Amino acid sequence: MARYIIRRLLLMIPVLICVSFVVFFLMDLAPGDIVSQMAPADATPEQIEMLREEMGLNGSVLQRYGRYLWNLLHGDMGTSLSLKRPVMEVFIERLPATLKLAFASIVIALLISIPLGIAAATHHRTWLDGSSVVLSMISVSMPAFWLGLLLIFAFSYKIKLFPSGGSGSFKYLILPALTLGTEQAGNLTRITRSSMLDVIRQDYLRTARAKGVSEKQVIRKHALKNALIPIITVLGSTLGNAFGGAVAIETVFAWPGIGRLTVAAINSRDMTLATGCIIMFTLMLNLTLLIVDIAYAYVDPRVKARYSK
Amino acid sequence: MARKKKKAEVSGQKQYKKRSIAAEVWRNYKKNPSAMIALVLVVIIVFVAIFAQFFYDFKKDIVKQHIKEKFQKPSAEHWFGTDNYGRDVFTRVIYGTKYSLSVGVVAVAISCIVGVTLGLIAGYYGGFIEDLILRFCEVFTGIPSILMGVALMTAFGQSIGVLMLAIGLVYAPMYCRTTRAAVLPVRDQEYIEAARVAGVGDLGIMFNHVLPNALSPIIVQVTMGVASAILCASGLSFLGLGVPIPMPEWGAMLSEGREFMRDYMYLTIFPGLAIMITVLSFNLMGDGLRDALDPKLKQ
Repeated sequence: MARYIIRRLLLMIPVLICVSFVVFFLMDLAPGDIVSQMAPADATPEQIEMLREEMGLNGSVLQRYGRYLWNLLHGDMGTSLSLKRPVMEVFIERLPATLKLAFASIVIALLISIPLGIAAATHHRTWLDGSSVVLSMISVSMPAFWLGLLLIFAFSYKIKLFPSGGSGSFKYLILPALTLGTEQAGNLTRITRSSMLDVIRQDYLRTARAKGVSEKQVIRKHALKNALIPIITVLGSTLGNAFGGAVAIETVFAWPGIGRLTVAAINSRDMTLATGCIIMFTLMLNLTLLIVDIAYAYVDPRVKARYSK
Repeated sequence: MARKKKKAEVSGQKQYKKRSIAAEVWRNYKKNPSAMIALVLVVIIVFVAIFAQFFYDFKKDIVKQHIKEKFQKPSAEHWFGTDNYGRDVFTRVIYGTKYSLSVGVVAVAISCIVGVTLGLIAGYYGGFIEDLILRFCEVFTGIPSILMGVALMTAFGQSIGVLMLAIGLVYAPMYCRTTRAAVLPVRDQEYIEAARVAGVGDLGIMFNHVLPNALSPIIVQVTMGVASAILCASGLSFLGLGVPIPMPEWGAMLSEGREFMRDYMYLTIFPGLAIMITVLSFNLMGDGLRDALDPKLKQ
């Protein structure tokens, strides 16, 4: 198991380097650069050139990428060009907001999808099953930011219950987490339902029932536990994406997360910050997927046996 | 004479079987009421996307401002009301179908060309090439699609063509993986070996023998891919990076309407509903197709 984890961690390094390469070059292709934006309006070309050198932006794109990569491999993500602060510092400052939103939304998604998915599977082909299918389909087909706008309209404009944006106390978290959670719940419900349906037909459930185990126990202990692997897989990628993929929702609710930070960095051509954020995001996603793979081993002894071989 | 008759029988049987693949999928598909509703909706949406431009004049009906008529609530005259420039929202939503749909379809075509080819190569050759392609996909799936879309749109400039290309590239790795997974069980079949023995080249085998037999998951992915492409495009437009204004793209309309949300909520409701119905139709159609293509999977 330990060898497997180390191998996976080492495999992340080339992926992260490739990600940094792709993002760095895309940012270089973008029209307009940060030096001319930051230079005073009456700066002479020589002054602009000096500023460029000062910011470490002189030389060809390959030279700059080389320098960036050299520093990156030494654990230095550089200084944000627009904020004049270390990228890592800015990133860590925004991290708690992102984590808070991601975990709160996952909790909401789980609270909705697991009971609904189980109920749909145990009441297969009834109105309950049908409505769970329709609801989850609607939730995956809806632009999440639109749902956010509807919620703001209902719960902060019409009924003044929650603030429409910003961050602070617990009250600020509810609407964005509800929006993101509903979006995630659709997929999770679908996967819970189909995975439970697969398991429910297995012989060992019939055996458990025949032994006289109560229906509640059969579902909770025998069925759900076996249906868990696909659910965990989807859960992992959903959580991973919530770290940086919820840009539109963060924008709607003016939530100070990493997604918005990254988009702002791209818009202001802040290469170091944008590349740094996306590298960190990719790292977080890959670590989540690794944790998911490790979690399999705990859920399923068969998987664990494969690792120890 | 007798031999001739037997031959006719055999070919007749063959013909019957040949026809029945598509027919059986259709027969299965027809049984699913929600999939049929979705199909009807998709046909209507495609029809609207193609023909709306002949009923409305872009300059006169879509972008021309009538400041005097601004912010009119939905009524018999303006079904979805009018926006902050007095433009009729219903007309703009209908006209906008073509942008969302064409972005979805072209983006999926791009994803398909790139992803299916790479997936086919990876699955067919295996080994080092497969590893290389899969690692490459990993790099792109590691970055969330919306951030990758933002980076691509910023790099290549904001236009509808770039939007199609960006979304197409962002989703290509998904098609690559699906294709590879579908190719793997086909690769070692005897008929592939037979084709090779018969002297068919690698390219011929890949496109004429492997691909047709690995097609059903790709078809499902394509249908649902149109749905996710439309969602992603609306997200990018909402962030101000999609179709440039004043084109009536749904995501952009949503983003414009958001400013006046407190008093004129209908400006955001209708474009959002349009997105939702379109995406829902394609998703339901994909679901129906999946069940119809593989009845074993049907729960």
